[in-house]
Amino acid sequence: MTRIHDLAVVGAGPAGVAGALTAALAGLDVVLVDGAGRPGGQYFRRPAEGFHAARPGALHHGLDRFTRQWEALRERAEVLLSTRVWAVERADGAITVRCLEGDREERPRTVTARGLLVATGAHDRPLPFPGWDLPGVLTAGGAQALLKGDLVVAGRRVVVAGTGPFLLPVAAGLADAGAQVLGVHEANRRFGLARHPLLAAGRAAEALGYAARLARHRVPYSGREAVIAAHGETALTHVTVASLDAAWRPLSTRTVECDTLACGYGFVPQLDLPLQLDCATRRDPDGGPVVAVDAGMRTSVPGVYAAGEATGVGGAALAEVEGRIAGRAAAADLGRPTPPDPALSRRRDRLAAFARALQGAYPLRPGWQDWLRDDTLVCRCEEVPLSAVREAQAMGAVDARSVKLLARPGMGWCQGRMCGYAVACLVGEDPAPPRRPIAQPVRLGDLAARARPAPDGRKTSSEG
Amino acid sequence: MSGPYRLVRARPEPEFEISVDGAPVAVVPGQSVGAAMHGAGIRSWRTTRFGGRPRGLYCGIGVCFDCLVTVNGVPSLRACLTEARPGDLVTTGEAPAPSGAGGER
Repeated sequence: MTRIHDLAVVGAGPAGVAGALTAALAGLDVVLVDGAGRPGGQYFRRPAEGFHAARPGALHHGLDRFTRQWEALRERAEVLLSTRVWAVERADGAITVRCLEGDREERPRTVTARGLLVATGAHDRPLPFPGWDLPGVLTAGGAQALLKGDLVVAGRRVVVAGTGPFLLPVAAGLADAGAQVLGVHEANRRFGLARHPLLAAGRAAEALGYAARLARHRVPYSGREAVIAAHGETALTHVTVASLDAAWRPLSTRTVECDTLACGYGFVPQLDLPLQLDCATRRDPDGGPVVAVDAGMRTSVPGVYAAGEATGVGGAALAEVEGRIAGRAAAADLGRPTPPDPALSRRRDRLAAFARALQGAYPLRPGWQDWLRDDTLVCRCEEVPLSAVREAQAMGAVDARSVKLLARPGMGWCQGRMCGYAVACLVGEDPAPPRRPIAQPVRLGDLAARARPAPDGRKTSSEG
Repeated sequence: MSGPYRLVRARPEPEFEISVDGAPVAVVPGQSVGAAMHGAGIRSWRTTRFGGRPRGLYCGIGVCFDCLVTVNGVPSLRACLTEARPGDLVTTGEAPAPSGAGGER
């Protein structure tokens, strides 16, 4: 007999763990699934157990609080780590979550629940530039993940570039860990939020704290600058740093020798699962699609909730609050008594307004397209250069989908996660909601097994 | 003790070895294959199908698929997500084409 949980939560970051714990405390039977072997998601990524880190919180704000929530959750819910979700389906009011368990000897596993909370977070949003596929060029989040999770410093001589306040903790962490950080190049103005009334939200103090740490390590923090090219034969040896005009067109350039570049231009929410269920989306202020939710974090599909970056990029504090709101809504919708908590809603409104202001202060400007040459790869997987995109347009492809069919950007392993934003910009569109019927690589045998009805008596539940 | 270890006051367990194309690479228990290789100064471990371009870690969190590697004969594993095990035999080289089961609609 398949066990049907009340609520399945996908994602063990701040939104998922807070949501699962809130729902479990309200009396729901909760199962939480995450692809990683350790909880935390990207923000609260922690060193592997084998390090026995006495102060893992040195690399994070708020790790202790998250850890307490995680310990409380483990006593009250089923948690499945190292379990990647590749599809979700909804039929007869129940949600089926199809997973693969294990990091190499994968086993199929199916979880069934009456409700689903999507807390799948986000990944870095890269912009292409000549040489961005050279070894030694990492996303800012990738450099951060190496440090937080594996205690590996990404390089000896490191340049940090991109836009947004996330660059500051990345650079400060690398410098604290012993890297020589040669510069932080912010394509917008530095402290873009400093003139904003929401300065009072207190996050500016955090930014100034990072800036002070950078100053201590003598790391220059420059505004209106970007890395517009990376150079090297088989690995990165130097980068071209440009000063930019307001539209991000290069004004003047200089060369910086380095072995590593950590680069990021904001974040892309992971929307594969809610889009498989046809949840409605809306546009974030930066033009990217996010899941549309009501005040209780309910999506347009009954029984499906979303929290954290999937509903708009806003950081860990907002994600946790949204998770708690979603957990309460799920409990209320299943008939558990949940008194209203207007303070929680007000906190969400305040943090969400701050997130919107932050996006407004660190926009992406179209001048980055001037950094590309004809032979610059736009799509890393399929090795599609800019010239092929332009040829497809010259052949009559007017939208990103037609360009993709003709020139193949976004058709490779990453399914457009890395180049989707750039390709949309190059054809003059806002990025479309990504349709990925299969969210993770899956063996054809496992895919075929899904199409066959399970034989009688075969266990397919999470206890199987 | 190196910078990041001191930062978090790590007392790491004894390292074990994996083999990368026959060369030993030290791993702290729990580290990923990709992190251990990157930390050992190995920056690329496959070349692309068309341009023969070297690739290694890029996104670091399992999204970009640049870091694909073969471990103990199992191809196309994401090095950044694959936790190393003692005695793992890592072989580098060209990654096969996508199977088609993961293509975006």
